[in-house]
Amino acid sequence: MQVIEREELDRLIGLLAGDGYEVIGPTLRDDAIQYGPVRGIEDLPAGWTDEQDGGHYRLRRRDDRALFGYVVGPQSWKQYLFPPSQTIFRARRDADGLHMEPAPVQAPKRAFLGMRACELHALAIQDQVFTEGPYVDEPYERRRGSIFRVAVNCGQAGGTCFCVSMETGPRADRGFDLALTEILEGGRHYFTLEVGSDAGQAVADRLSASQAGEDEHRASMAATEAAAAQMGRQLDTQDLPALLMGNLEHPRWDEVADRCLSCANCTMVCPTCFCSSVHDSADLAGSEAVRERVWDSCFNQAFSYIAGGSIRSTPVSRYRQWMTHKLATWHEQFGTSGCVGCGRCITWCPVGIDITEEAAAIRATDQRRKRRDG
Amino acid sequence: MSARPRDPMLPRSYRIESVESELPGGEVFSWTLRPRGGELEVGQPGQFNMLYQLGIGEVPISISALGEDGTLIHTIRDVGGVTRNMAALSAGEEIGVRGPFGTAWPVAAAEGHDVLLVAGGIGLAPLRPVIHHVLANRERYRRIFLLYGTRQPADILFRKELERWRGRFDIDVAVTVDRADASWRGDVGVVTRLIERGGFDPRNSIAMVCGPEVMMRFAVMSLERRGVPARQIYLSMERNMQCAVGYCGHCQYGGHFICKDGPVFPYDRLEPLFDVREL
Repeated sequence: MQVIEREELDRLIGLLAGDGYEVIGPTLRDDAIQYGPVRGIEDLPAGWTDEQDGGHYRLRRRDDRALFGYVVGPQSWKQYLFPPSQTIFRARRDADGLHMEPAPVQAPKRAFLGMRACELHALAIQDQVFTEGPYVDEPYERRRGSIFRVAVNCGQAGGTCFCVSMETGPRADRGFDLALTEILEGGRHYFTLEVGSDAGQAVADRLSASQAGEDEHRASMAATEAAAAQMGRQLDTQDLPALLMGNLEHPRWDEVADRCLSCANCTMVCPTCFCSSVHDSADLAGSEAVRERVWDSCFNQAFSYIAGGSIRSTPVSRYRQWMTHKLATWHEQFGTSGCVGCGRCITWCPVGIDITEEAAAIRATDQRRKRRDG
Repeated sequence: MSARPRDPMLPRSYRIESVESELPGGEVFSWTLRPRGGELEVGQPGQFNMLYQLGIGEVPISISALGEDGTLIHTIRDVGGVTRNMAALSAGEEIGVRGPFGTAWPVAAAEGHDVLLVAGGIGLAPLRPVIHHVLANRERYRRIFLLYGTRQPADILFRKELERWRGRFDIDVAVTVDRADASWRGDVGVVTRLIERGGFDPRNSIAMVCGPEVMMRFAVMSLERRGVPARQIYLSMERNMQCAVGYCGHCQYGGHFICKDGPVFPYDRLEPLFDVREL
C-alpha cells in the first residue's frame, strides 16, 4: 500500500488522459452525482454527499472537502460498456438481393475513476453474461478491453446499501487496476493506493507516491470498516434461491405488485440488469433498414410477448420475474447472485419498494414450511 | 483462442426458392430457403433459426425440414406483425437468417426405443424433421407413433405427407380434431386421448411433444399416467426471443434461457416450473 496526496490525484487524471484515456468520473449534474468526463479534481463533487432511502435521494453538503464523499448515484458504469442504444447492423436491398453489414463498434479508451467495490462486482457479472457464454457479445468485449479501472473505496455507506450482505464490498479486493481510499484527517487530505494489475502498476510507477506508514494503513482499513458498519440495509442470503423458488405462489408477490408501478426504474439503474430488445426500422422506400439494440426491462408488458399475448401480463408476474432472477435463478445461470447490494433499485423506486424487505417478508412467512408442517 | 462462431447477431442472406401454402388461405406457409453464397448451416431437428425481413423484424422459427441439395425449409404461421409481412413475400425474394440455435430433439437417444411424437397444431412443423429422420433410419427405432391433434380438419398440416406416412406399416399415425365437420371420419377429441390408447412400452419410450403450452401440459399428464418417466418426455418451449444467444433476457423461464438451454428440454428439468402461471 502506498500513499498519494490530494494534488497527486490531479496528476493521475492527467497521466491517464496523457495515455489516451477519456477519464470518466463522478460529477455534479442535475442535483445528482453522475458520471461524466473529468479533466481534473476541480470537476469532482468536492464537499458533497448523498442521502438515500427508499424512493429518496438528496445531495447534502459535507462539512469537509472530500472528493468521493458520496456513495453511488443513479447511473452505473454499464452505460459505457453496454450502451442504452447501439446499432447492430444496417441492411439494404438492391437488384442483387439483401445485404447486411455489421455496424462499426466504437471502443474508446476510457478510464473509470471512482468505481465502487459493488460496481467492480457488477462489472464482473456483466462480463460473465456477455463474454463467458457459448457466444460472445463482441462489441461489449471490445469496449471492455479498452478500459482502465480506478476503484475508490467507500468511506461511508448509504441508507440503501447492503454490499456487506452480498459480500461485494465495501472494500475493493480485486478487479481493479488501481484502488484508492480517501482519507481526511488532522487537516491532511490524502489517498492510500493499491495496485491490482500490471496496467495499474505502470501508471502507479509514474506517480509521486510514498510507502504507506502504519497509521496511514490503519486509517485506510478503518475507512472501509466504518462503511461496513453503516450499511443502511441488510439481506439474509442464506438459502435464498431455494427460498424464493419454493415460494413462487406466495401472497407477498400480490402485495408488492399492488405498490409496483412497473416503471422499470429499478432495472434501468441496476448495474447488472442486461436485458435488451431489438428495434428494426426501414426507410420509406423499404430498401434500407437498421437494427438497434436498446435496453429493455422485464417490467414492460411487451417484454414477454409471443403471438397471442404476453406471458407475464400482470405486474405480479413481472415483479416476481425480476426479483427471482436477481436473487435466485441468476445463481443457476451464472453461479453468482445478480445483486451486488448497491441499493439503487431501492433508492430510485418511485414508491420505495425495497428488495431486502420483500425477501425478508417472504422468509418470515415461508410457505414451504407451512406446507411441510401442514 | 479457438475459432469463434461467426457473428451470431448478423443474418446471412437466404433466397426464398419457393413458397408453399400449407393451409387454405395461406395462413400457414412453408419457405424453401437457400443461402446466397456459401454453404447452408445445417441444423438439427428441433433447432430454430431467426428469420429476418428487412426493416420489419425477426422471428424465431423451428426447422420444419432439411430440404434436398442444401436447402432449408421453414413453416410459418401468419399470426403476428412480422409473420403477416412475411406471408406477402414471394419466391425469389431474400430474407436474413441467423442460426441454427438451440437444443435438438433427442433422435440419437431415442434409438432402440419406442418413439412417441405428439403434436398440436403448428407444433407438427418442428417435429417433421424428426419424422423424416426416424423414417430414414427406421431400423434404429422400435415402434413409432405420430399422434397429431388440430382444432378442426381444415387445420391439418402436411396432408400429403401425412397420407404417405399413414400408408406405411412401420409408423402409427393417428390424427384427431377438436371439432369435426361433415367430411371428417377420424377421431374427435384432444390429442391426449390418442396417448391413452397406449400400444407403446412406456418405460422404453422417448416422447417428443410440441404444441401450445396447455396442450403440452395435458400431454405430459397423460404420458406420465401411462408410465413414461419425466426424463424421457421432451418438450419444445416457446418464449419471446430476440438475440437467440442468451443475452437479451427475453426468453427466460425460471433459470432457463429457452434460446440456448432449449427450446427442447427433457420434462424433468421443467417440472418444478411447469404449473406456475405467468412464469
